[in-house]
This record gives sequence, C-alpha cells and structure tokens, in this order.
Amino acid sequence: MSGDGQPADAEPAATAGPAEANIPDDADVDVEDIDPEAADSSVEEDAKTVPAGLPLRVQNLRKQFGGITAVDGASFEVEEGSLTGLIGPNGAGKSTTFNCITGVHQADGGTVLFQGEDITGRKPHEIANRGLVRTFQIARELEAMTVLENLMLAPRGQVGERMLHSILPGLRGDVVAQETELRDRVWETLEFFEIDHLAEEYAGNLSGGQRKLLELARALMVEPDMLLLDEPFAGVNPSLEEKLLDRIHDLREQGYTFLLVEHDMDLIMENCEHVIVMHQGKVLAEGSAEDIRNNDQVIDAYLGDEI
Amino acid sequence: MGVTEAYREGRDLVVERPAVWLLVLATLYLAVDLAGKLAGVTLTVGGTQLVGGDLAVSTFGRFMKDGLIVGLVVGLAGVGLSMTYSILNFANFAHGDYLTTGAFSGWLAAYVTAFVTLNANVPFGEIFLLNEPALVSIVSTPLAVVVGVVVSAVVTIGSVLLLDRIVYRPMRDKGGISLLIASLGVALALRYVIVIVFSTNTRGLTRTSGVPALDIPAIDGVVPLDAHEVTLVLFAVGLMLGVHLLLQRTKLGKAMRAMADNKDLAQVTGIPTERVVRATWIIGGGLAGVAGFLIVLERGTLNFNLGFRLLLLIFAGVILGGIGSVYGAMGGGIIIGVVSRLSLVWIPSDFARVAAFLVMIVVLLYRPEGLFGGVTTA
Amino acid sequence: MSRVWNAVPDFFKQSDLRMVGGLLLLVYVVYALVNGFFAIVNNAGAVNAVVNSLASITFLMAVYAMMALALNLHWGYTGLFNIGIAGFMAVGVYASAILVAPPSGSPPGLGLPVPVAIVGGVLIAAIIGGIAALPALQLEADYLAIVTVGFSEIIRLTLQASHFAGTVQNPSASGYNVVSIFGVEFGTGGGQGITTISNSPMEFLFEGESGPTVLGQAVYPAADAIGIPEPVVLDLAYAFFLLLVVVSLYYVLLLRIGNSPFGRVLKAIREDDLVARSLGKDTRGFKIKVFMVGCGLMGLGGILWQGSFGFVNPNTFRPILTFYIFTALIVGGAGSNTGSVVGGAVFAAFLFEGPKLAARLIDAVAQLLFGGLPAPNNFYAAVVTLNPIAWLGYLVENVASLKFVFLGAVIVYLMQNRSDGLLGDRKEIASSVDLSQRPERPSAAADGGEPSDTAPSQGGEGS
Ligand SMILES: Nc1ncnc2c1ncn2[C@@H]1O[C@H](COP(=O)(O)OP(=O)(O)O)[C@@H](O)[C@H]1O
Ligand SMILES: [Mg+2]
Repeated sequence: MSGDGQPADAEPAATAGPAEANIPDDADVDVEDIDPEAADSSVEEDAKTVPAGLPLRVQNLRKQFGGITAVDGASFEVEEGSLTGLIGPNGAGKSTTFNCITGVHQADGGTVLFQGEDITGRKPHEIANRGLVRTFQIARELEAMTVLENLMLAPRGQVGERMLHSILPGLRGDVVAQETELRDRVWETLEFFEIDHLAEEYAGNLSGGQRKLLELARALMVEPDMLLLDEPFAGVNPSLEEKLLDRIHDLREQGYTFLLVEHDMDLIMENCEHVIVMHQGKVLAEGSAEDIRNNDQVIDAYLGDEI
Repeated sequence: MGVTEAYREGRDLVVERPAVWLLVLATLYLAVDLAGKLAGVTLTVGGTQLVGGDLAVSTFGRFMKDGLIVGLVVGLAGVGLSMTYSILNFANFAHGDYLTTGAFSGWLAAYVTAFVTLNANVPFGEIFLLNEPALVSIVSTPLAVVVGVVVSAVVTIGSVLLLDRIVYRPMRDKGGISLLIASLGVALALRYVIVIVFSTNTRGLTRTSGVPALDIPAIDGVVPLDAHEVTLVLFAVGLMLGVHLLLQRTKLGKAMRAMADNKDLAQVTGIPTERVVRATWIIGGGLAGVAGFLIVLERGTLNFNLGFRLLLLIFAGVILGGIGSVYGAMGGGIIIGVVSRLSLVWIPSDFARVAAFLVMIVVLLYRPEGLFGGVTTA
Repeated sequence: MSRVWNAVPDFFKQSDLRMVGGLLLLVYVVYALVNGFFAIVNNAGAVNAVVNSLASITFLMAVYAMMALALNLHWGYTGLFNIGIAGFMAVGVYASAILVAPPSGSPPGLGLPVPVAIVGGVLIAAIIGGIAALPALQLEADYLAIVTVGFSEIIRLTLQASHFAGTVQNPSASGYNVVSIFGVEFGTGGGQGITTISNSPMEFLFEGESGPTVLGQAVYPAADAIGIPEPVVLDLAYAFFLLLVVVSLYYVLLLRIGNSPFGRVLKAIREDDLVARSLGKDTRGFKIKVFMVGCGLMGLGGILWQGSFGFVNPNTFRPILTFYIFTALIVGGAGSNTGSVVGGAVFAAFLFEGPKLAARLIDAVAQLLFGGLPAPNNFYAAVVTLNPIAWLGYLVENVASLKFVFLGAVIVYLMQNRSDGLLGDRKEIASSVDLSQRPERPSAAADGGEPSDTAPSQGGEGS
C-alpha cells in the first residue's frame, strides 16, 4: 500500500478516554518488568474501579507449547470504540494471544478482563456470549453451509436453538417469527458487505477474500461489543481489502471496538490510532502509529526478523 | 503464581484428576487384593471381605501365561494397525480380517504340507477345506507349521497390497472417515469371500495328543506350557525383534518412523511416500497374517470370525500403547491380553472382553496419547 | 449411475414425495412380478405370495428408513460417527421387554403396560446414549467410532452373560441370576434371549377378546376371498403402519430438527466445532442432546423392529446390524432426510434382499430351462467340476454369503465415487423460513444501485 491516502475517518476516536495516561507514552519493555504478583492483585482492584473505557485488558498473559513460549507475559489494553492494531513478525504470538483471550487455548498464566470481568479460562462460547467475538487467521467458514446459513447461525438468543421450540407445533411459531426477523438483518448485513449476490452459495465456494468478508459479517451478526480480527486482510486482493477496511471504519464509527492483528506494518499504521507491537511473545512497544514508526526497537525487531 | 493461577490449578485437580485418581486407586486396590488372594490372606472389616481371598498361584500363573500368549498375538497384529493408523491416517476396520486371511491361507498350506509329508490317506477335498480334524502338530509335522507361517505372511501381504491398490490408493486424498467406512466394506467382503470358500464351520486343526508340555512348577501346582505355545512365543518374539531391527537399522525403517510422526514433513523432505506406504502394508499385513496363523496353532480351532472378534482387542492394545507407536502397539497388546485373562480373577469369563473394552474406553478418555505417552514412533 | 438417474421421468423428480412414491412403486412392481412368477412356477397361490412379499419388503424398507433417519441426526447433521447403533437398539428392545414382562415370568420383569414399556425403553436408550455421549464431547470422529462400537459390544456381551439372565430364580440355587435393584427383580434372559413386547403388534386392531373386531370382521373375509390368510393381513397392516405413520413421524421430526436454528448449530458442529463455539454456541450441550435424541430414536426403532417378532436374543445386535444401517444412510446420502428414506428403501429392496431375489430368479429360470442348476455342496467340489454352470450353482446356493461381498463392494464403490449418496448433494437449508426471500425494500429495485449505507442494526451511535 502507498504511504499516503489515509482514510479520512481514521482520526483519533472521539471517545478516547483518559486511560491512555496509565501507559507510559513511550511504552517500552517495562510492561513485563512489573512484578507478576503485584500485577495480579492490582488487576483485581482495577477491575472494579476502571470505568468502561477499557473493554479489554490483558495482564501478563503467558502460554507455552511444549518447550516454546508463544506468549511470554504480554500485557495491553484496548480502548472503547478504538481501532487498535496488534502487529509483530510471524511467530510473535499474536494468534496465540487471541486464542488465549477467546478461550480457544488455556493460558498458562495471566489474566484477561473483558468489561471489568475476569474471563480468563472461560470457554469460547461464554466469552462470545459476553460480546467478545473473534475471526480466525485462516478463515474458518462452514463450507457445506450457504452464506445465508453461516450468517443465520451467529445471532445470540435464538429461541429455535432450544430443540423443543423447534419441534413442537405450538412453539415453532415463535421460531419462525424470530427467524423471519433475523433473515432481514442477515440480508442487510450481506448488502452492507456487498456479498448479497453470494447469499445462496456454499461458503466453501467463496474466494479467499470473500471468505474474510463472510467471517466478519458473521461475527457482526453476534452483535458483539468488541471484535478481534486475526489478519483479516491476509490473502485478500487489494480492491476487496479496501472494501473490508471501509466497512471496519464504518463499524467503528458506530461504536464497535476493534483489535486487529496484522503483520503488514503500513496497513496498521495508516488505519489504527493505537498500535501494540509484539515480539517473541512480549509486548515490545505500544503507542500511536507515529510513536511506533520512530521506535528503534520495533525497527530492529522487524528488520532483524523479516521484511 | 497469582490467585487465578492457583485457582486454575485447583480446578484442574478437581475436574481432571479425580477420575485419574480413582483409576489409580482402583488399580492399586486390585493389586493389593491380588497379592492378598495369592498369599491367602483375607482382610475383613465389619463382616465384608475387603481384600484378599484365595487364589492358587498356579491358577494365577495360568491366567498370566494365557494372557501373555493372547497378548503377543494382539501385539503382533497391532503393529500393522498402528502403522496404518498413523501413516495412512485411518482406523482400518479390515485389519482383523487380515488375520483371518492369514489363518486360512497359512493353515491351508500347512495342511497340504502335512498331507504330502504324512502321506495321509484322506480325500484331497477334505484337506483343502480344512475339514480333516487335527492333522498338524509342531511335533509330528514341524515343516507344515513353518510352511504355514511363511504362506500366511505371503498370502496376506499379497491380499493386502491388492486391496490397497483397488480400494485405498484411489482414496489417498480422502478423509480418514471415508477410508474407515471403506475399510468396513473391505472387512465384510474379505470375510465372506473366505466363507464362500471355507464355509462358516468351526474346525479343529491342531493335534493335542502327543504334544509335549513343560510343567513349570508354581508353588501350589504347575503351569503347563506346551510345544505349540512355545512355538507361538518364539515366532512372535522373533518377529517383534525383526520389526525393531528394521525400524532402527534400515533407511526404510527410519523413513517410516518419520512419516508416522509427520506425514507432511516426510513429504517435503522427499521420502518416497508411496514406497513407505507399501512397506507399511507389507510389514503390517505380514505380521497380521502370521498372528492369525499362530493364534490358531495355540487355540486349535479356526472359523471365519476369528479376526473380527480379535479386532477390538487389537484396537484396544494399539490405543493403550499410543496410536502410531510400534513398540506401544506391542506393549499395549500384551497388556490387553493380560488384562483380559487376569480379569478372570475378579469377574466371570463372560465379561473378560467387556473388561478389555472398558480399559480401552477409559484410556481413550483419560489418556488418548496412550499409556506410554508416546508421540514418537520409535 | 447418473445415466440411470437421467432415465427417470421428470414427473418423479419434481418433488421428494413423488420420488419416494416412484421408488416404492418400482420396488412393488419388481417384487410383485418376481414373486408372482415364483408362485406360478411353483404352483402356489400367486396373490398370497405377492402380498406376502410386499408386506415383508415394506417392513424392511420402513425399518431401514427409520433407522437411517435416526442415524442421520448423528452422522448426517452433527457429524458424530456413532457406530454403536446396534447397542442402542438393544437397550431399547431389552428395556421395553423387561418393563413389560410379568414379574412371575422367566426372566421376571416389571409387568408394566405396553405403552409405558415403549416410552420407558425409549427413555432408557436415550439415557444410555447420554452416557455414551460423554466421550463424544472430546473425541475425534475415528476414536468415537472405536468407542461407540466398543460400547455396543459391551452392551451385547452384558446382555448375553448368564449372570443377569434371571432364569435361575431360586436364591439358594447355584447360578442364581436374577438382578435386583431396589427390590425390583428382573433378568435379561442371557444368551437364550427374551420375549419382546409383541409378536403381532397389529393384532389388537383386528382381534378383540371375543373374536374379530369390527375392522377384523370387515377385512378378514375380504382378504380370505382373494387367498390372503389372517397373519399376512396383520403383517401387511404393521408394515404399512411403520412406513406411513412411523417413518413419516420420524421424517417430520428430523425435518423440524434440521430446519431450525437448532439444526443449524448441529450442521456447524459437523463443519467446524470451534467456529460454532466462537460464535457463542455451547456445543457440548447440543451434542449431548443430539446423542440422547438420536439414541432414543434408535431405541424406538429397535422396539418397533426387533421387538415386533415376539422374541429376540443378543446375537441380533452384532455390529453387522450397525453396518447395514450405515450402508442404508450412505446409499441415500448422509445429511439429507429424503436421502435417508430413499437409502433405507434402496438398501432394503435392492442391496439387502436383492441378491437373494436374484439368486432365486436365476434358480427358477434354470429350473425352467434345463431342470435346475447343479448344486455342489462345497467350494472344492464346485471348483473341481471345471464347469462354470456348477460354479454359478454354488454361488447361487451361497448367495447369503455372496450378499456380504456385494455389500462390501457397494460401500467401497460409494466411498470412492459417490460419497454424497444416490441423490447427490442436496441443499437442505437449515432454517424454519425460506432464507432466500429478501426483505421488501422500496428502493432496492436496482441491483446496481448504490450499496446501502445502512449498517447492520446495532446499538452503537451512528454518525
Ligand atoms: N497449537 C500450537 N502448538 C504448538 N505451537 C504453536 C501452536 N500455535 C502456535 N504455536 C507456536 O507459537 C508461536 C507463536 O505463534 P502465533 O501465535 O501463531 O504467532 P503469530 O500469530 O504472531 O504469527 C510460534 O512459534 C508457533 O509455532
Ligand atoms: Mg498469526
């Protein structure tokens, strides 16, 4: 992507809270220098006192696979209504961080707070039902289900998910009524993402980029408060990428919070008001795009590893 | 470290461990009980017998011997099942019928050999259909037994390779479940081709009279070990050693171990996978065939259901040893054999197989990587 | 295969009902002709022979359709590879048999009324299914296969064991084997088997305490007039009851489960369990429910099928029975309810009974042409004749075994070439409403129009 042409709506979030002040402006390695014990207890207190300005707070997250430490004491926060970027070279532990936050993996240590509640170690469905929904790095569409079915699956609180409601003659009416409503919303969402022409295709027949759109659309159907997107642009052609970005910005303006993993530095720099850099499982730096661009450690990490 | 950490560990203990702890306790209890029974010591509390009782050491010895013998066969057969599971990525439900194939072909060869060497005065049809009872024994016709072992391996290998060619090879890119279902079809077809040739009769094949037996002295009696059992043990142990040398010493063996560990890796590093696949079938099929032949030598009887009835036990052994591990399959098989016989100390024989299956299910649930925890094929 | 499909008149392709109807018609015509021919050749009553054969083939088609539908819930919808079906059927049959057996019988039972026993049998099968589901929650498909088949064998071997048979009822006798739970005594009958709920389920409709009922008085004489004896009337009635009432109920139930948000989650579990969980679905709960319902349906299927002969023993519930049902489902196409019904019918009529019918036909034709096939009494005797006709004779004689070879080959063929089943991939959308129907929007006439700016409704403040 070219360096300029920053989308007009990428100005700092209107709701940017004062929570910024918690983090040293030039957030360096000292994040993980915090004594773990101290961090834990302070988290407990903060959980009650921090206003809803920081929906997601990750403290000292740690995850090992055999001998590999994939996440090594990562701590960061995501601000309400922001589009926050999480970058880092391949293998930095970004996806693993997502997996630990969303309950796919059990963290070996640390705490995850969502809207003030400790969600560490919760099951994936419990976390999703609290309004924190994620997409996957490699799009996981439900291949033998149509695009419509994929979207209809997502909404929470469907009465028809109770088997008796779906079977019994007297109760099935409610199911039909609710599904009729949902169907309208699904079509709206499809139109919003401009994939309505694919509505009746099997998801397995979609192109890589279309799958990414579908995944985002499906995640939105959950009506989450916050979305974690793992490399939503990987394998997406430039015009679709543009479209996807536009949608993300539109949604952010409506009040959604985003945490976006991406390993393309430029893309993150242009679109995110707040950037977190991970390296070897740790948070290496954090700050505005400008801060990150000028951070020597970040440059070293990237130049040292790849790109 | 923190509060949550401690909480999580505590919860792990409560959620996951209790079942494991219960199992460990149960096993411990059975061990103590067994020791008590053997020593003839009984511990009674409040009118109920807690542990102990009475079990003759020689009876125990017989259970152990039977268990080891069944276990050797199950372990031998399990090697192939485990390798196809890890290298070809599917649970081969036809594997039991490979044993049956080996048993029938091997015994046909043994009978023909015995017919020729003994100059028996029987219609050849009766020999061919294995209808002439008790013709072969390791003492009167040792050559027939050796020929039988060789032929059981050769014919089974041939059948297995042919089946791979027409059934499994065109399906290499399909998922494990498709292959599993296809293998159910293969199992059925193979079994009933055998029935069409040999009928559903159960026949007695080995001569029991005149077969010398070694009486191993146990404290209160003897554990007899006859020549057929010794033959089985020698062949089985020899073949297991052979597999060990093959896997450790040859390039092919190393390639197989690598592929069992990680098929994709093996493919990119350029190990000729179709060659490895063929070697897998050859080794696995050959061992299964011989296992089928040997179990008949020991039991004396044969019918078309032989392999299928053993299949779940073989699966149990493979799972116990950890799928993909050759040594695990051998060890697991032996354990399953011993468990199924030793269980007779506590439960009636109707439930011996039930006990083995239960052990298998419990292992799958609580230790799916197998007792020896091996991811490695070595 | 597709050429056969192309030859089917369009009329039968227009709706699933017509397709199934057409298939039944085809089966009936074939069976009527062949059995009529046999009867004529053998100088037997043609009407009775035909009706009898139709009753038995209808029964088989219905039971396989029923079981395939139940399995479709597990394997087709949810991707749960349950190959312990025979065991769950056994639980249903045995539970109902024990519930209904008189306390004074051998083995003793609970002496409950038939309807209670049926419901009880289904519930117990569902509960046992729920227990079996626990491994399903954490195991991959092929491990689940091994566990479920192991489970089914454990059930069968337990029923077979003499220790719970309830046949030696004197507490002081050696081998006393009555099971007693909370003072309730019962037994399984062990290897000898057990008396089931009924040996003629439709009898009550036709025969009252004192002679035939109104229905019986109307039907029996008419049937008798065309040469159909009373037992055949009862069989025919039961077969059509199963086909028209039970299979329809199963079908509607499965359709409702499938075409609903519940069914959508099941489909998602089959496709990718983690996605379903990440979208907030508690997939464990869904799996347990599905296992219970499916096993309940299998239990009911068992009761209506193996429980309808008056007697059953544990040998009935060998793994081969599971294999038959799986084959039926795969033939029709896993995932499709109509496919399950078609698969059940095709399996029963052509794969299961077909080889026998073909063998009889060959035999009868040979009888007409040259006085019958030679029948060598073993393989060796057949081979040494060096006579292909004798070989054919031997195969015809052994068609029962040949059938299994054929079934095995069919399964392999299907897995290699047509894993979607006869009907191919069918888009059965999991929803209670027609999803393709777009909401009416006044300005949405032009597709090329400006893409909507209306974002999905969400509680955030719009700009
Ligand atoms: N399921 C897993 N098992 C073993 N190692 C894993 C697993 N997932 C990730 N890893 C390892 O953890 C490290 C971090 O991976 P990941 O979180 O995917 O990085 P990123 O998303 O930043 O590229 C890598 O070294 C990777 O190999
Ligand atoms: Mg990643």
